[in-house]
Amino acid sequence: MNDLSPKARMSLPRQSMPAQPADERSHNFSEVNLGLSVLQAHQEALRCLECTHPRCTQGCPVGVKVKDFVALIAAGDLLAAAAKLREDNVLPAITGRVCPQEHQCEGACILGKRLAPLGIGYLERFVSDYEREHGVHTQAAKVPTTGKRVAIVGSGPAGLSAAGDLAQRGHAVTVFEALHEPGGVLIYGIPEFRLPKEIVRAEIENLRRLGVAFETNVVIGKTVTIDELLGTEGYQAVFIATGAGLPKFLGVAGEHLAGVYSANEFLTRINLMRADQFPDYDEPVFDCRRRTVAVVGGGNTAMDAVRTALRLGAARALLIYRRSEVEMPARREEIQHAREEGVEFLTETVPKAFVGNEQGLLRSIQCIRTEPGPPDRSGRRRVQPIADSEFEVPAEIAVMALGTGANPLIQASTPELATDARGYIAADPETLTTSRPHVFAGGDIVTGGATVISAMGAGRRAAAAIHAHLLMPDSKSDG
Amino acid sequence: MFLIERCEWLAPDIKRFQIRAPRVAQKFQPGQFVIVRVHDHGERIPLTIADADPVAGTITLIVQGVGKTTKLMNRLADGQPIRDVVGPLGNPSQLHRYGTVVVIGGGVGTAIAYPTALGLLRAGTRVVAIIGARTASLLIMEDEMRAASQLLIVTTDDGSRPGPRLVTDALYEVMKSEPKIDLVLAVGPIGMMRAVADMTRPHGILTRVSLNAIMVDGTGMCGGCRVVMGHQTRFACVDGPEFDAHQVDYDLLAQRNRAYREMEQESLRRFEQHPDWDMQWVAEQCRLAERHPEILVNPNTPPNSEAH
Ligand SMILES: Cc1cc2nc3c(=O)[nH]c(=O)nc-3n(C[C@H](O)[C@H](O)[C@H](O)COP(=O)(O)OP(=O)(O)OC[C@H]3O[C@@H](n4cnc5c(N)ncnc54)[C@H](O)[C@@H]3O)c2cc1C
Ligand SMILES: Cc1cc2nc3c(=O)[nH]c(=O)nc-3n(C[C@H](O)[C@H](O)[C@H](O)COP(=O)(O)OP(=O)(O)OC[C@H]3O[C@@H](n4cnc5c(N)ncnc54)[C@H](O)[C@@H]3O)c2cc1C
Ligand code: SF4
Ligand code: SF4
Ligand code: FES
Repeated sequence: MNDLSPKARMSLPRQSMPAQPADERSHNFSEVNLGLSVLQAHQEALRCLECTHPRCTQGCPVGVKVKDFVALIAAGDLLAAAAKLREDNVLPAITGRVCPQEHQCEGACILGKRLAPLGIGYLERFVSDYEREHGVHTQAAKVPTTGKRVAIVGSGPAGLSAAGDLAQRGHAVTVFEALHEPGGVLIYGIPEFRLPKEIVRAEIENLRRLGVAFETNVVIGKTVTIDELLGTEGYQAVFIATGAGLPKFLGVAGEHLAGVYSANEFLTRINLMRADQFPDYDEPVFDCRRRTVAVVGGGNTAMDAVRTALRLGAARALLIYRRSEVEMPARREEIQHAREEGVEFLTETVPKAFVGNEQGLLRSIQCIRTEPGPPDRSGRRRVQPIADSEFEVPAEIAVMALGTGANPLIQASTPELATDARGYIAADPETLTTSRPHVFAGGDIVTGGATVISAMGAGRRAAAAIHAHLLMPDSKSDG
Repeated sequence: MFLIERCEWLAPDIKRFQIRAPRVAQKFQPGQFVIVRVHDHGERIPLTIADADPVAGTITLIVQGVGKTTKLMNRLADGQPIRDVVGPLGNPSQLHRYGTVVVIGGGVGTAIAYPTALGLLRAGTRVVAIIGARTASLLIMEDEMRAASQLLIVTTDDGSRPGPRLVTDALYEVMKSEPKIDLVLAVGPIGMMRAVADMTRPHGILTRVSLNAIMVDGTGMCGGCRVVMGHQTRFACVDGPEFDAHQVDYDLLAQRNRAYREMEQESLRRFEQHPDWDMQWVAEQCRLAERHPEILVNPNTPPNSEAH
């Protein structure tokens, strides 16, 4: 394996990710990070201490065998490294780019105690890109078909990973998607400059090759109900993976002025509908050029929206967040990239009202400063407004990135499907079974807005549980 | 992709389409709509389902060419495919057996109101229909509406038809002559719906309107279609499209609908100068459908036979 002494390994610096220069990339939608070179990847892999009890693996929500795949990179067998990675992670090119590594694998890596942690995300991205670019793709399942049919509702990371595992076990899988293109948040939410759509499409192509069928333009609960899937449509099990797609608003005055968007709408217009290429594509979006765009929020969605605004030519791109910068839930790398690109941060601030002109167009935002208050029951400090600290920020476009809730479409059309107090579907965390027989649920529609990797983990657990269920003698036989 | 089986002009700029969409046809209830994307570079627009034949697996849409996308759609012909059709979306109209209901359709609103009128009639309601247009040649679905009502009143802004000029004039007459009106349903331009609401409010007549908010996904995901009812925010695509006419904030709806006016005009100008640019996308998808007929939704193959 790796013959360097621990000391020698620890003397190697962490490789930095080559990226487009900030002043260039803030005007285009191409990917910001360019990927490690083969040499860099090898150097980085050499840094791993190959711990006996690797903390990195414990830190990863799906337990990726980091040590093993990294050792294969160090040994120069990149395709084997990719295969090793795929044992635990079916979307590595995606998670390598979007996982909050600093809170997961890299946050736990022992190197991080004194030095920089291993660049696990960079390496994950590197090997899976290598695999994709070298024309290696998943082969069709060799197992005999079981004759069982599974319907998957929603084509985000939870649905896609469940589909892959179930197809590989010989079941006939159909994925139903409400929008005209599969991929969930990976397609309509996360922008091209952070996750090229080509990567998501390649994963979906892989699944098609495995025999997974996709039916877009089908809204389950409207076009077809869950009961019909299990009845006339002849499926033996259903996995609900519809995500947490319901946008939230602040509930303050003026929030419905023209020019105030939800992040979902703003990002969907750009990512799914390509409004950045208007009029070559028909969907319009407010012209951001020479204007100020203010995004409210501090998570990944907020960063994506504000950096998208810059790329649409905004004269000023502002981020309004109610807490301090260190408390922002977004990935560190995104916060740093946003700063480099010229996003202005207005922290410890909340909007109080949106002000429009006589045509009902947004013109400014009334804000108020906040300060930390006493901690709430979860231990997180509350935010309280500072008296008489109001001020006004001129802005023509505002984007609300305040988190999302549960879309009630399926719950409302499926009798006896139990939900929690906030409307999310109640499902067992391990078996993902719901209150309805043959119906499983996982991903953001169960947990609330979380991460790509946790949704993928849920999809894989669902696949295992559905597989076991289908093989049970008393499982549903034919339609 | 979704095949246009038949289409024909109903009036200048208004065209009726019969589109093969078996899943939608099976589920359709009056009051619901679909979202359509004509081609790969197209926007998503909502269109009401005017009628459906679950056996043939077809739905009927009636499109008024007001801008780029609707005018593009109206250039399509029999046998051409439409990229995306999703639905049925929105809540169905409530088709109780009422005593008397007045159904008002202004412009293409007539097409939107028609399936509900017919549904109400079939439920045993006495339906008085009022349909209006700017001028007689723009009137649509007069025969259909006559068949879906006990009494039909036709209005034309320019008086090219004898009778009242505005639908509100007609409503005024009906309110005087009908002993009791249980419900008024008004569908049409925002100004018309507001005027109807203003007329019925003092009399406490239950009034509903179908709101034409700008939509993207139609599933409650984007919030772009939000409308305000009293003090509450509602999403027209999932909470509507029908709402209590007396609660709607019409000014806000009108403002939000104007939001993209300049870009819409630019789009339309470009399309009228170079319709061939868009027709190329259409031709491309026609070729695709010819080479791979399996991508056209076909009611005769079970929906999932593509799988294995
Ligand atoms: C802008 C943005 C940026 C993000 N950035 C990151 C990041 O950097 N790192 C990270 O780990 N996480 C990130 N997240 C969160 C992450 O994307 C989600 O946690 C994850 O996608 C959830 O996966 P899912 O499969 O549960 O649902 P989703 O990805 O939401 O997919 C659900 C799919 O189901 C479809 N659907 C919904 N209802 C129906 C229905 N009734 N019938 C048919 N189809 C339906 C939807 O159209 C959608 O395609 C981000 C989220 C957003 C919005
Ligand atoms: C629930 C519902 C049902 C409808 N049913 C019908 C119908 O049966 N027949 C019909 O002809 N029209 C119907 N409409 C209106 C139709 O959707 C618009 O005329 C169409 O979107 C205009 O697009 P355009 O590109 O041709 O015109 P544009 O020039 O883009 O717009 C003209 C006007 O249409 C509205 N509009 C634009 N884009 C959208 C959008 N994405 N969603 C909604 N409205 C938009 C705007 O108010 C705009 O001012 C319906 C609208 C709704 C909301
Ligand atoms: S999946 Fe995410 S958390 Fe797990 S090892 Fe890969 S980057 Fe780290
Ligand atoms: S904790 Fe860090 S050093 Fe140890 S095996 Fe994992 S990645 Fe390597
Ligand atoms: S159209 Fe997006 S929420 Fe209604």
